[in-house]
Amino acid sequence: MPDRSAFWNFLLGRLSLSSLPLHNSIVVGTFIVVAIGGAAVLGLVTWHRKWGYLWREWFTSVDHKKLGIMYMIFATVMLFRGFADAIMMRSQQAIAFGSNMGYLPPHHYDQIFTAHGAIMIFFVAMAYIVGLMNFAVPLQIGARDVAFPFLNNFSFWLTVSGGMLFMASLFIGDFSHAGWLGYPPVSELQQSPGPGVDYYIWGLQLSGLGTLLTGINFVVTIIKLRAPGMTLMKMPMFTWTSLATSGLIVVTFPILTATLFLLSLDRYIGTHFFTNGFGGNVMMYINLIWIWGHPEVYILILPLFGVYSEIVSTFSGKRLFGYSSMVYATVSIMILSYLVWLHHFFTMGSGADVNSFFALTTMMISIPTGVKIFNWLFTMYRGRVNFDVPMLWTMGFLLTFTIGGMTGVMLSVAPADFLLHNSLFLVAHFHNVIIGGVVFGVFAGINYWFPKAFGFRLDPFWGKLSFWFWQIGFWVAFGPLYVLGLMGVTRRLSHFTDPSLQIWFIIAAFGAFLILLGIAAFVIQIVVSIRRREALAVGNDPWGGRTLEWAASSPPPPYNFAFIPRVHERDTWTDMKESGYQRPLQGFNDIHMPKSTAAGMVLSGLGFVFGFAMVWYIWWLAALSFVALIVAAIVHTFNYDRDGHISADEVSEFEHSGNWEPKARGAIA
Amino acid sequence: MSHPSQAGHAHGAGAHDSHDGSEHAHDGSLRGYLTGFALAVILTVIPFWLVMGPVSLSHQTIILIVLGLAAVQIVVHMVFFLHLDTRSENGWNMLALIFTLVLVAIVLGASIWVMYNENANMMPMSPQYQHQKPGS
Repeated sequence: MPDRSAFWNFLLGRLSLSSLPLHNSIVVGTFIVVAIGGAAVLGLVTWHRKWGYLWREWFTSVDHKKLGIMYMIFATVMLFRGFADAIMMRSQQAIAFGSNMGYLPPHHYDQIFTAHGAIMIFFVAMAYIVGLMNFAVPLQIGARDVAFPFLNNFSFWLTVSGGMLFMASLFIGDFSHAGWLGYPPVSELQQSPGPGVDYYIWGLQLSGLGTLLTGINFVVTIIKLRAPGMTLMKMPMFTWTSLATSGLIVVTFPILTATLFLLSLDRYIGTHFFTNGFGGNVMMYINLIWIWGHPEVYILILPLFGVYSEIVSTFSGKRLFGYSSMVYATVSIMILSYLVWLHHFFTMGSGADVNSFFALTTMMISIPTGVKIFNWLFTMYRGRVNFDVPMLWTMGFLLTFTIGGMTGVMLSVAPADFLLHNSLFLVAHFHNVIIGGVVFGVFAGINYWFPKAFGFRLDPFWGKLSFWFWQIGFWVAFGPLYVLGLMGVTRRLSHFTDPSLQIWFIIAAFGAFLILLGIAAFVIQIVVSIRRREALAVGNDPWGGRTLEWAASSPPPPYNFAFIPRVHERDTWTDMKESGYQRPLQGFNDIHMPKSTAAGMVLSGLGFVFGFAMVWYIWWLAALSFVALIVAAIVHTFNYDRDGHISADEVSEFEHSGNWEPKARGAIA
Repeated sequence: MSHPSQAGHAHGAGAHDSHDGSEHAHDGSLRGYLTGFALAVILTVIPFWLVMGPVSLSHQTIILIVLGLAAVQIVVHMVFFLHLDTRSENGWNMLALIFTLVLVAIVLGASIWVMYNENANMMPMSPQYQHQKPGS
C-alpha cells in the first residue's frame, strides 16, 4: 500500500490507484471493450427513452415470467464472460510448451480458471436453471405467480449483485486464484493476502442467499399453489424435478454459507478454522464444501432432467414412459446425492472402509439416473419423433451425458481415482456431464419455451447450426482431455515441458473454437428470430404440448390464467384438448395480483456496496451499508401497498386479444 | 372432462379453493402453552439441580442425563410451541422435519466418521507443533 495519510486510509481502506490492473494489457483491453459496449447499450436505452419502461416493466417487476426471462439474459451475459475465460485457457495451453511461456503469466492464469469455474456454476448454470424454473413452474401448476413474488425479485437482484462483485474484480483489484471452491490453505490470508478471495467470498454469499430464497419460494409454490385436482403424482415432470432441486437448495446452501463464513472469519478476524497451523483443519473445509458441492451438481442437473422429460414426451407425441419410476428416481437421487460427497477427495486419506462406502454409494446413484435414460428411450420407442431443435438437444444429451456418466462411474472406483484424481480426465468428465447435461438442457429448454415467452419461435436453421457446433465442438474439445488425463496430465497447469502433448491441446483449442461458433450461432439465432418474428409467430400451443403452460396464451397475460384450470389427468393440457375444451370468453372477475416494488433492487444494491466495502476493508462504508440494509428491510415491511387488481375489463381485453393466434400478437411482453 | 373453475379467485397467486391455513388444530390454546411451559421449566430445573445441587452421581452420568433431557426439551418445544404434529400442513411439516433430521444425521455422523479416519491416517504431528497457540 502506498504511503498516504490516515484519513485516506480510513476513507478508502486498502483501495488505491495501484489496485487498478493498469499494468495488464489484456485486462485494460477488455475494460476498453466492455466500457465501449456498455456505453453503447446505455446510450441506446437513453436514446430510445426506455429507462422508465425497463424500470417499471422489468427491474421492479415481481412477475415470475419476466424474472425468468431476466435470469436467462443475465446467465447468457455471464456465459460470455465464462466462455471468454475458457477460450483464453485453451489458447494458453495450446501454445505454452517448452521455451514458449504463452501469453498468460501464472498469476493471471490461476485467476482465469478460478473465475471460469465459479462463474459457470454460480452465475451461468444456476441462473439458467432458476430462470427456467421461474418461467415454467407457475404456468405448469396453473398458478398466477410464485408464493412470494417480492422475494423472487429480491433473489434475482441478489444473484445479479453477486455477479457484479465478480465482474468488478476484473477491473478493480484481482480475483481469487484458489480454484472455484477456494480450498485453503491457498485461500487463507497468508497465501492470498489480496482482495481476490474476498471478492469470491462476498460474491458467493450474496448470490447464495438469493439462491436459498429461491429454493424456499419454489418449495412453497409447488406445495401450496397447485391448481385444484393436481395431486403430487399428476404434476408435470419438470415441476417434480424443480421441487426436488428446490428442496436440495434449501438444505444445502446454508452449508455453503456457513463454510464460507468460517473462511471469512479466518481471513478477517484471525480465527483458525482452516489454517495450516494453530489447530486449524484444512480437511474440514474440503469436507464441508463438498457436502454442499455434491448435492449442488444434482441441483443443477435435476431440473434439466425435467426439461428433457417434457420435451421427449411432447416431441414423441406420447405420454412419458414410466412416470412413477421417474418420480421415484428423482427422489432417490435427491437423497443419494447426500451420501456421495467424499468421492471428491478419495485421495485425502480416509482409508479403505470410508472410501469403499462412498465408492458404493456413488455407483448406486447411477442406477436411478440409468432408469431415467431408459424411460426417455422407451418414450421415444414407437413414437412419432419430431426432430425439431429442442429434440435435437435432447438426443445430443442422451448420447453425451451417458458417456459422461460412465466416465463418472470409472472415477467412482476409489483405486482408479488415485490415478485420475486432479487430472484432465476429471476435467473432461465433469464438462461431459455439465455441458452434455446442463448446458444442452438449457438450450433445449430455451428453444422449447421461447415461443411461450414471446409468441414466436426461434429460428430452426440457426438453432440446428448452434446444436451441431456445440455437439461436435464438445467432443473435439474434451475428447483430447480424456486422452491427456489418462496419460497423467494434471489440471490447472499454465505451461508444459513435454512437446509430444502439444497436439492434443491444439485439437482441444480447436474444439473450443467450434463451441465459440455454437455460441455465435445461438446469438445469431436470437437476432434472426427477432427480425423474422412475424414469419415465426406461433399460437399458444406450437409443439402439441401436454402440460398446462401451453393452455395459456403466448405470451401469457400477467395473471397467466383468467380461470384457474381444474386438473383431472397427468398430461392436463392433452386431456383438456381431447375432451374438447373451450376457452371461456366471458364471465371474468377482477384478479388480485402483487404490485411491483423497487425494494429488491435497493436491498441488493446495498448488499453489493456492503460486499465491496468488506473486500476493500472500507469499514465505515461496510458498517453504514449494513445498517442501511437492515433499516431498508424493516422499512419495506411497513409497505402495505402491495396489492393491485387487474379489472375484469382488462382481463376480458387480454383474453380477446390476438395472443392466442399467430401473427396478430399484442404487446404484452 | 376439464372445466375451468368458475369461482373467480380473488387472491392472486393462491389457487386453492379452500383458504389454506385458516384452520390450525393446534393454534395456541392457553392450556397447550401452559403445559409446554410447565414441562420446559421442569426439564430445565432438573439439569440445573443435577449440576448445582448435592448430587452424588458420576460426571459422565450427569452429562448423559443432561443431554437426554435436552433432547426431550427440543421435542417439547416443537410440539407445544411450534405446534408440530403429523397433521399440520397435511403432514408436510413432519415430512420436512424427518428429511432434515436424516440429513443432519448424515452430515454430522459421516463428517465425524470421515474426519476421524482422516485424522487417524495422518502423519503424526510433532507435539510441539500440535500445541502451538496463536502468538506463541
